[in-house]
Amino acid sequence: MRLGSGTFAACCVVIEVLGIAVFLRGFFPVPVRSSAGAEHRTEPPAPEPSAGSSSNWTKLPPPLFSKVVIVLIDALRDDFLFGSKGVKFMPYTTYLVEKGASHSFVAEAKPPTVTMPRIKALTTGSLPGFVDVVRNLNSPTLLEDNVIRQAKAAGKRMIFYGDETWVKLFPKHFVEYDGTTSFFVSDYTEVDNNVTRHLDKVLKREDWDMLILHYLGLDHIGHISGPSSPLIGHKLSEMDNILMKIHTSLLSQEREGLSPSLLVLCGDHGMSDTGSHGASSTGEVNTPLILISSAFERKPGDIRHPKRVQQTDLAATLAIGLSVPIPKDSVGSLIVPVIEGRPMRDQMRFLHLNTVQLSKLLQENVPSYEKDPGFEQFKVSEKLHGNWIKLYLEESHSEVLFNLGTKVLRQYLDALKTLSLALSTQVAQYDVYSMMVGTAVVLEVLTLLLLSIPQALRRQAKVDIPLSSPAFSLLFYLMFLVLSAIHIIVCTSAESSCYFCGLLWPVAGGVMVLMSALLCAIVSVLTKMFISKSLPSKNPAHPNSRWSELDLLIVFGTVGHVLSLGASSFVEEEHQTWYFLVNTLCLALSQELYRNCFLEDDGEPQHHFHMEPGIVDATPGLPYRTGCDVWEQDTVRERLSLSDMLRGREKWMALASPWLILACCRLLRSLNQTGVQWAHRPDFGHWLTRGIIEARFVYVFVLGILFTGTKDLLKSQVIATDFKIKTVGLWEIHSGLVLLAALLFRPHNLPVLAFSLLIQTVLTKFIWKPLRHDAAEITVMHYWFGQAFFYFQGNSNNIATVDISAGFVGLDTYVEIPAMFLTAFGTYAGPVLWASHLVHFLSSVSSDSALSHACFCYALICSIPVSTYIILVTSLRYHLFIWSVFSPKLLYEGMHLLITAAICVFFTAMDQASLTNS
Amino acid sequence: MKDTDIKKLLYAHLLCIFSIILSVLIPPLFLENFSILETHLTWLCICSGVVTAVNLVLYLVVKPNTSSKRSSLSHKVTRVLKCCIYFLMSCFIFHVIFVLYGAPLIELVLETFLFAVILSTFTTVPCLCLLGPRLKAWLRVFSRNGVTSIWENSLQITTISSLVGAWLGAFPIPLDWERPWQVWPISCTLGATFGYVAGLLISPLWIYWNRKQLSYKNN
Repeated sequence: MRLGSGTFAACCVVIEVLGIAVFLRGFFPVPVRSSAGAEHRTEPPAPEPSAGSSSNWTKLPPPLFSKVVIVLIDALRDDFLFGSKGVKFMPYTTYLVEKGASHSFVAEAKPPTVTMPRIKALTTGSLPGFVDVVRNLNSPTLLEDNVIRQAKAAGKRMIFYGDETWVKLFPKHFVEYDGTTSFFVSDYTEVDNNVTRHLDKVLKREDWDMLILHYLGLDHIGHISGPSSPLIGHKLSEMDNILMKIHTSLLSQEREGLSPSLLVLCGDHGMSDTGSHGASSTGEVNTPLILISSAFERKPGDIRHPKRVQQTDLAATLAIGLSVPIPKDSVGSLIVPVIEGRPMRDQMRFLHLNTVQLSKLLQENVPSYEKDPGFEQFKVSEKLHGNWIKLYLEESHSEVLFNLGTKVLRQYLDALKTLSLALSTQVAQYDVYSMMVGTAVVLEVLTLLLLSIPQALRRQAKVDIPLSSPAFSLLFYLMFLVLSAIHIIVCTSAESSCYFCGLLWPVAGGVMVLMSALLCAIVSVLTKMFISKSLPSKNPAHPNSRWSELDLLIVFGTVGHVLSLGASSFVEEEHQTWYFLVNTLCLALSQELYRNCFLEDDGEPQHHFHMEPGIVDATPGLPYRTGCDVWEQDTVRERLSLSDMLRGREKWMALASPWLILACCRLLRSLNQTGVQWAHRPDFGHWLTRGIIEARFVYVFVLGILFTGTKDLLKSQVIATDFKIKTVGLWEIHSGLVLLAALLFRPHNLPVLAFSLLIQTVLTKFIWKPLRHDAAEITVMHYWFGQAFFYFQGNSNNIATVDISAGFVGLDTYVEIPAMFLTAFGTYAGPVLWASHLVHFLSSVSSDSALSHACFCYALICSIPVSTYIILVTSLRYHLFIWSVFSPKLLYEGMHLLITAAICVFFTAMDQASLTNS
Repeated sequence: MKDTDIKKLLYAHLLCIFSIILSVLIPPLFLENFSILETHLTWLCICSGVVTAVNLVLYLVVKPNTSSKRSSLSHKVTRVLKCCIYFLMSCFIFHVIFVLYGAPLIELVLETFLFAVILSTFTTVPCLCLLGPRLKAWLRVFSRNGVTSIWENSLQITTISSLVGAWLGAFPIPLDWERPWQVWPISCTLGATFGYVAGLLISPLWIYWNRKQLSYKNN
């Protein structure tokens, strides 16, 4: 089967996207879930264990606290409370922590440190999967079992004021609520006043059992001006006053004869030293957790070293405190100091309930749970517990009882710790089989792409894909059989859940057909190459084609970038790699330009030696040794010396152009400091609000321009008239995209766009047109610049830098599809704009196969990093930074590949148009 | 003829390497608390001074470009002055390039500039010695097939290898190993030095191995 190389590349990338999708599904583990699912089926609580004698305490123990108030302060970092800031700005809280009846802890939040997963962790006690971040904005109802639902089922009346994420997560759970939105980040006063204004009224009433307050102001201040801003102090003292108000009101109610109430002060996540959050630096992960209740003993605690607990522990503790069942998916363990004041039998009962819940979760998620040390400890402690109950009921000697009781408690605590740990690590189980399948598909496609380089870049730009030769079909069936056998063996013997096995048979079969077909194609291409190599070479045209410095740079740059992805620091600082490469590229270009310029008008005879890309050397270096004779012949024919092309002032402008570009790049890189190590360097302020109506006005224009562009393209395809219309159409589409980007970018990022246009113009006018690089080189250069601009925009390989506000331009409320599209475009505007410029440029420089060469190169250069990266990630899956550094990058790579696929399809469409024209 | 030339080249290069080693070993005898990493700037000054001196001495002793015409004193003086200006220019150009590559603009100016000086010492000074202040000759030497003697060939190799060494030296900076030599510009200066030494070692060997294939137009 013969295909145009553009079409071939587009198909390959689409298949690759499928492979990556399967890989991602296997790589991002499904969170530990109880198989009982979302049903409201409430199981009776586990009865108290007893050895022989009957203890019929099967109900849940009575609640410890009559009322619970949770004050959640977004982005409250532990040193805001326990550090010098706390002493200075939060005197009341510090007093409570040091001398009051309270327990203080540092609760460790697991990355991603973003609000919604953290709320989920606090209420369900489970560790939300990484993919939950992506759904952060579009928070659907929380389906998993959680404390709020259990409390509602137990008839508790709950009131909520604060971040509306809660209202979305728990619709109809609160008897009274008022949500505040977190999207006006520059507002840090009203957003909190809107919560506090209800407080006085609510605290006087007594018709509620649970009050949740979620304050967003601190997080907004962090986003605007970072953790060392003076605004933080004001906000902290405001929070301190609120806490004092609540606490005194609770105390006065208790004096009226109610049982003790609980006041919880916590943060959902911290904030990094730049004020953002999402990753796993110490500042982001450590949040304070303070439990205040008159039920606790007053004891002077050491404020400097609060004990460390997990954030997930709060759910279990709250459930016990409110006497509701512990959420089924919770992996947290009860915070023991809370129950220390209770009688020993109660303490044991609470711990027993928690261990039973954890061991049930373990049974459902680990096939060989019986061998798990935590489970064994649980069995032992349950037996001991039974013995203790028997003794207790027989009312034996109190000292023996006490000693045995302490032993049982210790045993339970050990079991809890082991079980909780085992379940938390269970989240990090990888579905290796799906990962392997995905990797295999991606690698096969990449090999095929690499092998077809010589064919694809030839004059006709056609690729021969042997899909129907007989030998190939035999191999095909054999491969298919082998793969099916492997599939059956793996799936029947699999212990843990496997996504690929869970697929329908036809789908899995289809993937296997695809895999074996690809493999056979590779084999036949290889044999063909081997045969043609053993034959005497028919075209000795390229034996002396040497690689120019530029080609060397391109190859080494690509390889170096791909290899650098193996180190977490290089992933964090990937923008540095791209800036470095782009700068080097500019210098190489300037070197080439200078040499051409100065040595050609030298007029000395020796210029025949060194004028490498000139007239004499008919086959200048090409990135891929073979092929490319089309472009060359075109260029050789038209290639006049540079000094003929550009005269006088123009020449000097051409000579200055690389330096202009370098200066622009330097300016742009200090516009947005991204990454980690140098992120503290100052950059311009951002987060301005923008108008909705104006935005819609611009949308109309963008659509108009894109429409006329498409119309021109279609016209050029249908009427097949002159070449001009198509170029004009492409230019219109490019301008439409530029306008859209201008609308979506943050205001201070508009220089990025302006400079991008400037650099494109300068490169086109002074470098690419005079120097006549071939399509492959130009493609790679466009790709590099596109990547550099991706980072110039302020993006990084960290989820936190995605500018979600782009998704809200011109929208009143959150609408999923346009918001997703706009955010994706806003984020990848750099690469997309450079790609559209590439299409426009190549089609304006008339050459038949340039577009399909470019498409092929683009597909290749994008798929090399992706395929290498998934192998690297697979081998580094137990790396310390896998969740904080490598996984976000993996998501970025997947998304980038998807965009590449779209671009390649566009390329192919353009190519088809030009084919029908000719 | 050729073999003796290569031998001369080798000795000259060994002398250069020896001078760099001395610039590391000798200063501790006179200066207290001298170490390459901690008093890096001092070492940079010493090293660049020593290398420049050795290059000048070699140029006066060996006189590789025999074709230099006899010229008047004033001509010589302008030549020397021109060389100095070229050297300073190259320092500034390198400085600008480093800033364009992302070196801090205001902080660490002295460090960046000394890095520019040492890189100029490794690249511009030999060029000035060998080719004189003639830009056209420089461009000729650094384009493909433009060299006309083994001296120019070795100059090409050492210059490119010190530039590549400095370029590669930038790679460890983003890594989070927190080593003292990862601080700007130490890794780059060390990279440039290693590149220069490697170039000095490689070029005579490379020329020796390829002496059959090499045919220079003027020889």
